[in-house]
Amino acid sequence: MLAADGTPLKKSLARALRLQKMRALALIAPLLIFVLVSFIIPIVSMLFRSVENSIVADTLPLTVVELQAWDSDSGELTGEPVFAAFVADMVVAIEAKQHTRLGTRLNYEQTGMSSLFRKSGRKIKRMDPATDAPFKDKLIEVDKKWGDVETWRVIKTHSVRITNGYFLNAVDMQRTPEGAQAQPEDKQILIRLFGRTLIMSLIITGSCILLGYPVAWILANLPMRTANVLMILVLLPFWTSLLVRTSAWKVMLQQQGVINEVLVWLGMVADDARLVMINNQLGTIIAMTHILLPFMILPMYSVMQTIQPTYLRAAKSMGATNWTAFWRVYFPLSVPGIGAGSILVFILAIGYDITPEIVGGTKGVFISNRIAYHISSSLNWGLAAALGTILLAVVLILYWAYDKIVGIDNVKLG
Amino acid sequence: MADASNTDAFVEFERVQKSYDGETLVVKDLNLTMPRGEFLTMLGPSGSGKTTCLMMLAGFETATHGDIRLGGTSINNIPPHKRGIGMVFQNYALFPHMTIAENLSFPLEVRKMGKSEREEKIKRALDMVEMGAFGGRRPAQLSGGQQQRIALARALVFEPELVLMDEPLGALDKQLREKMQFEITSLAHNLGITTVYVTHDQTEAMTMSDRVAVFDDGVIQQLAPPDQLYEEPENSFVAQFIGENNTLEGVVKEINGEVALVQLDDGEVIDCKPINVGVGDRTRVSIRPERVEFNKERLKEGTHTVKAEVLEFIYMGDIFRTRLRVAGNDEFIIKTRNAPDQVRLEPGAQIEVGWLPEDCRALDA
Repeated sequence: MLAADGTPLKKSLARALRLQKMRALALIAPLLIFVLVSFIIPIVSMLFRSVENSIVADTLPLTVVELQAWDSDSGELTGEPVFAAFVADMVVAIEAKQHTRLGTRLNYEQTGMSSLFRKSGRKIKRMDPATDAPFKDKLIEVDKKWGDVETWRVIKTHSVRITNGYFLNAVDMQRTPEGAQAQPEDKQILIRLFGRTLIMSLIITGSCILLGYPVAWILANLPMRTANVLMILVLLPFWTSLLVRTSAWKVMLQQQGVINEVLVWLGMVADDARLVMINNQLGTIIAMTHILLPFMILPMYSVMQTIQPTYLRAAKSMGATNWTAFWRVYFPLSVPGIGAGSILVFILAIGYDITPEIVGGTKGVFISNRIAYHISSSLNWGLAAALGTILLAVVLILYWAYDKIVGIDNVKLG
Repeated sequence: MADASNTDAFVEFERVQKSYDGETLVVKDLNLTMPRGEFLTMLGPSGSGKTTCLMMLAGFETATHGDIRLGGTSINNIPPHKRGIGMVFQNYALFPHMTIAENLSFPLEVRKMGKSEREEKIKRALDMVEMGAFGGRRPAQLSGGQQQRIALARALVFEPELVLMDEPLGALDKQLREKMQFEITSLAHNLGITTVYVTHDQTEAMTMSDRVAVFDDGVIQQLAPPDQLYEEPENSFVAQFIGENNTLEGVVKEINGEVALVQLDDGEVIDCKPINVGVGDRTRVSIRPERVEFNKERLKEGTHTVKAEVLEFIYMGDIFRTRLRVAGNDEFIIKTRNAPDQVRLEPGAQIEVGWLPEDCRALDA
């Protein structure tokens, strides 16, 4: 097809639309840049950090090369060339104050490495790689751990630049020269924590549906003015600080708290058998259900608002009882709202950390609390990134599964 | 029950009142009796109480006072799902998550009907509305007219004796509407079902119904077959609401049996048929445009005529519509048939118009 002036119609159309497209792009540019900088880049960097492991190869370049030749399974200690290379590397590293960082990194894999490097650093500083050879015995004299095959095995195992070590750690395994192996029994906590996070998030989502559905139904069926007043009550929690709300639950639920006091006063609970409702899983479930409830009610409400009341009347006029009319007609039509609310609540719950931190005790914490711990306390960012990546993958897989089972077209936010 | 079904009264409203707020009555003292098989239309402006009446009959609203009976039994305390009344809604209310066949199957399933019987009835109902091939579609895939047919089929599939329709053709375009009007009436008559039809469209009411109940202000103003409603309105609301109507205002001077002498506000005197007025009352005189005559030869001897000035002549094809000024009323319309010998009145012409006294009804003011 040709336009009136002879140019192809497609080209002509594209030219006519170009200006519009440019203007649209200019309008969204600030948001686009903001999202890129504040969202995409951190996620990409997190994904990268979860496998990135250049510190060993960068700090001990000569040693890593020498270690290539060493058979770590032989049980024999490395030879003099490795020790010489190590001292040469260390002198440079000490100069740049990099050796303690390396020690911290290797300490994630084997405790004691951090102090070993700090202690040895002070001694090696005084050695001259050119003149003081041989170093094997001198180093073992500095710390007998240098005579331990295991120390060198750890260095060799973690000398690769791209590692699966963090991911293995994240699923309670470790990287060894023999390949991936299970962590010792007493260190296996993360898988259980993942499982607990998933199950508790499901329970929280479930209780949000049970509590939110009737509320949304009432909101959608009340006259506009009354509904608006009630809607403010639903939204009120949003205007209160998250910390305040969570702390309020602490006041409510603790053993000397409001609920227990009332129950004891009513004689329903013995004074010495007060209910334990906080610093455990129950506390986390109660507080998080409350906090996430609006995210369930709002999408359900907006979907229910679009369900015409005549559907129920039609069903009843055809002979359906109230329950049949609800179950066969109203409920299926409200499912998209339940779906949207569930996705929102579940995804929010799975990554929540403040509330479990405050009311969860040791039994009720989530995987995100562990991530926060590795980010801010143990500074093992690689493991934190690996855990975060797994969490992201779990959410995406669940989203995909949801799409397959329910269909994402069936999700309506309004 | 057998006796009840043979009586004339199938649907009965007796002294029914309805109030939503406890202060005003939406329906005031409604009395209505419908024989079996009748097609009755409730016609009225919005807010006149007609839909409320329908909803009370369906069971979705409860009567504040009075008795509603179906086949002789009071249904005031029977919930809607036990009344067995078919209903067609204004927006069709087809369940969007079910196919057409599932929609039709719904009333049969809740009646615990077997599968083969269900399928047979669904097929028959779909064929009845000529939608046999659409069982597997979803409502959103159908046009408005098709959805309308399905809604009708769904209301009829469980063979109710009474079907209620709440402005079912409101959302259709004019042509489709006229077609559906015809289809609904012939279906209702063929199946012998009793139908209560609510509309605010008087043409629809006139063409479809056996009887029309004209509602205003919560009261039935007149309940009569369409021709009677049009030709013999009992009050000025009905005269105004049904069809086109010319109104002249005046005072009743005297009444001699079937003829009243009315002095119009500009002093002219005309003959009328007194309906609900007495001597000395103010009155609104109502004359249908096609009953006005300006050819003196066709008027009866001694008939009072009124001076008129032609304001506008509108050619409408089958008829001529002429706007006159009569007794100070600028909107006085006459309609004449487009016949070969018909006179076309020129604007500005001074003529005299008259009518048969029985076509000119003196109603309440």
